Amino acid sequence: MATTIADDLRPMHHPKTWAGKYVWSQDHKVIAIQYSLTAIAVGLVALVLSVLMRLQLGFPGAYSGITPENYLQYVSMHGMIMVVYLLTALLLGGFGNYLIPLMVGARDMVFPFVNMLSYWIYLLSVVVLLSGFFVPGGPTGAGWTLYPPQAISEGTPGHQWGIVTMLVSLAIFVVAFTMGGLNYVTTVLQARTRGMTLMRMPLSVWGIFIASIMGLLAFPALFVAAVMMLLDHLAGTSFFMPAMQSMGQTSQTMGGSPILFQHLFWFFGHPEVYIVALPAFGIVSDLISVHARKNIFGYRMMVWAIVIIGGLSFVVWAHHMYVSGMNPYFGYFFATSTLIIAIPTAIKVYNWLLTLWRGDIHLRVPMLFALGFIFTFIHGGLSGLFLGNVSVDVPLSDTFFVVGHFHMVMGVSPILVIFGAIYHWYPKITGRMWNDALGKIHFWITFLGVYVIYLPMHYIGILGVPRRYYALGETGFIPQSVHTANEMISIAAFVVFAGQAVFFYNMIHSYFWGPKAEPNPWGAASLEWQTPETPPGHGNWGAHLPIVYRWAYDYSVPGAARDFIPQTEPPS
Amino acid sequence: MPVAIAIVVLVIGSIAFHWLSPWWQTPLAADWGSIDSALRITIAICAVVFVLLNLFLAYSLWRFRHRPGRRARFEPENAALEKGLTFWTAVGIAAMLAPGLVAWGRFVTIPKDAAVVEAVGQQWQWSFRFPGADRALGTAAVQYMTPENPLGLNPNDPFGRDDIIVEASELHLPVGEPVKMVLRSKDVLHDFYVPEFRAKMDLVPGMVTYFWMKPTRAGKYDILCAELCGSGHYVMRGSVIVESRKAFDAWLSGQQAFGQTITGAAPEVNAAAPAHVEGGPATGHGEQH
Repeated sequence: MATTIADDLRPMHHPKTWAGKYVWSQDHKVIAIQYSLTAIAVGLVALVLSVLMRLQLGFPGAYSGITPENYLQYVSMHGMIMVVYLLTALLLGGFGNYLIPLMVGARDMVFPFVNMLSYWIYLLSVVVLLSGFFVPGGPTGAGWTLYPPQAISEGTPGHQWGIVTMLVSLAIFVVAFTMGGLNYVTTVLQARTRGMTLMRMPLSVWGIFIASIMGLLAFPALFVAAVMMLLDHLAGTSFFMPAMQSMGQTSQTMGGSPILFQHLFWFFGHPEVYIVALPAFGIVSDLISVHARKNIFGYRMMVWAIVIIGGLSFVVWAHHMYVSGMNPYFGYFFATSTLIIAIPTAIKVYNWLLTLWRGDIHLRVPMLFALGFIFTFIHGGLSGLFLGNVSVDVPLSDTFFVVGHFHMVMGVSPILVIFGAIYHWYPKITGRMWNDALGKIHFWITFLGVYVIYLPMHYIGILGVPRRYYALGETGFIPQSVHTANEMISIAAFVVFAGQAVFFYNMIHSYFWGPKAEPNPWGAASLEWQTPETPPGHGNWGAHLPIVYRWAYDYSVPGAARDFIPQTEPPS
Repeated sequence: MPVAIAIVVLVIGSIAFHWLSPWWQTPLAADWGSIDSALRITIAICAVVFVLLNLFLAYSLWRFRHRPGRRARFEPENAALEKGLTFWTAVGIAAMLAPGLVAWGRFVTIPKDAAVVEAVGQQWQWSFRFPGADRALGTAAVQYMTPENPLGLNPNDPFGRDDIIVEASELHLPVGEPVKMVLRSKDVLHDFYVPEFRAKMDLVPGMVTYFWMKPTRAGKYDILCAELCGSGHYVMRGSVIVESRKAFDAWLSGQQAFGQTITGAAPEVNAAAPAHVEGGPATGHGEQH
């Protein structure tokens, strides 16, 4: 039992200067905001890159400024930014930092100084990443998967310098993540307040907790892969480089294995999908429960599903490699393990739906985004069964079906959760309330728009249209209708892009001029809504740490006066 | 209730899109009906689940929407229901996995009578090699690659002497005969991809990869590269012409054998046998004889 409250045995050192409070801050809430704003800023770069990609795909030849090299650079930087520097950083560095101490009843992370370093090192990794746009040759165009030999050989944009900034940035990011991740895990295990047992924690914390453990185990594979490729590129080693001819010149390399890199990359890359998904699963569970005024259905099953998905996600990585040339007999194992992981994932979907069943559903903006997530996640989860099922994957791999699938399941779905979570916790974070009408407009543009973008991609992919193509050109099996579809998809993408302005306007305007928020506007039972101040002050809980008497889901309990009972309320 | 209506509309719209959209698999031109049927079973099961779950979602949103005085039912768990759902999900998963694995079993089992054809990729073009009368490809390695010997065949390997080199990006195959496609790359990753054949596989420098198929329909099909290989990835095209045995033989006899393109007498078979293992891991061992 983690009931020791170390913080209470020593005085809190409140910052005395403006910079100490907002810049070199060791307060988990300020660090969370720093992480979030940085992630969103770099995410905007990725969003602009996606617009440039859609300009090229929808209207090939119309924008002569976009060369084939540029296009591949947009693809690569968009993918890496979205997966690592936006989603991972925002869900763990942002929401993990903000929510863990508040939800488990701690005054801060257990290592506040390391937590601060984590953010500044993350910021450094972002700076190094973006410096790729300014080095000779521009950023890498090797795809976000960075497969060698092409990532570091002639014919690929950025193979000289862009790949170096990318790999160095990734290595720095792993350092930053490790500092943050150790903090999140240790805080959950050691700093929970009195009465907060593990099985009383909100699912948001469970998702972030398991994702952090997974990150600590998976990111080292990316780290060594990045270091090995840097050595291949700069020191003349041959970890991944076989004997080859590059543009007519025989290389000095020999004996390395390009497939070894793919194994290392996906040993990180597949858990990474769940490092993003599990926090989203946890957060969306809490949004649905609060706004349906009902306990999350099957809480224990939900916890175990998170743990099992986390474990299984380490034995499915090679489903990204069915046509990579690895031993084809691996296909049996990885197809089976991949489809087994669908079972705990399906249970989570059922339990979200059964939470709504016989609930008292308030369709507020955070709930709308949570419901949008359920729809897109069902769609993206099911299309994953096609790609996991080895022989079905063979015709679909490297087509637009893959693009449609992973954008639905790990692009759109977690981002809908992130939007829902921002709307949900915004009143606690800022003490202000956002504009409801603008929030709804933002939801409808985003939710309907993304479906128009990604549904057709699945069918274009079933037809066989390959991905990562600068232009389709004249190809026998591709009819004119595909070009028309690409135009429509691009127009929908521009609308969704423009629609995000509504979100930013709403957030910025409400921060200054929004009405003052109630301390607990949604009537939520979990601990973060029971702070003495809104927004919570440094140390979170005033003089005394809260004491927890119940789980986080006592909604609509028969006989209770209100339709929720806060975790801090003693049994009557 | 706009969100419940929207979900119903999206479900109906998705089904309508499925039937009305002009995009579906290209007409099959190889003996991979098993892959197509595994895909059809998967899409049928997934479609049923997609419709059921989303209609349940929309119904719940409408039926249990907030109204004054409404209170949710307190029900933390329901073990029987959760077990039942887990069981039926596992059944559905098994129903998809089984045909997928059966098709995979066929995919990894090369028929004994399959002819061997090599495809070689480089940025950004294709070339091909057929074994000669000995039905075996000679060894090849990067160190042998010269402008006169672009595929890097070992000039001392007698098995390579009769190999037929096709430097053009047009491949011919006889219809109705199984072929093992042996794949080799000179530089970076590529992927031999003909949508109508369904099967595809990466080309990996430093090793030889393969897949097999049996072309079933005469015609001309595009060969695309399906693994990102640099700025010219999208123009790395070729074509494959599937034709009768007779037309194929006529075409093949018009191509040049490796021995005709290089100078020097052919070595004795016995003398050259050790050459078959030289070259280390980078050697492209096309096919054992």
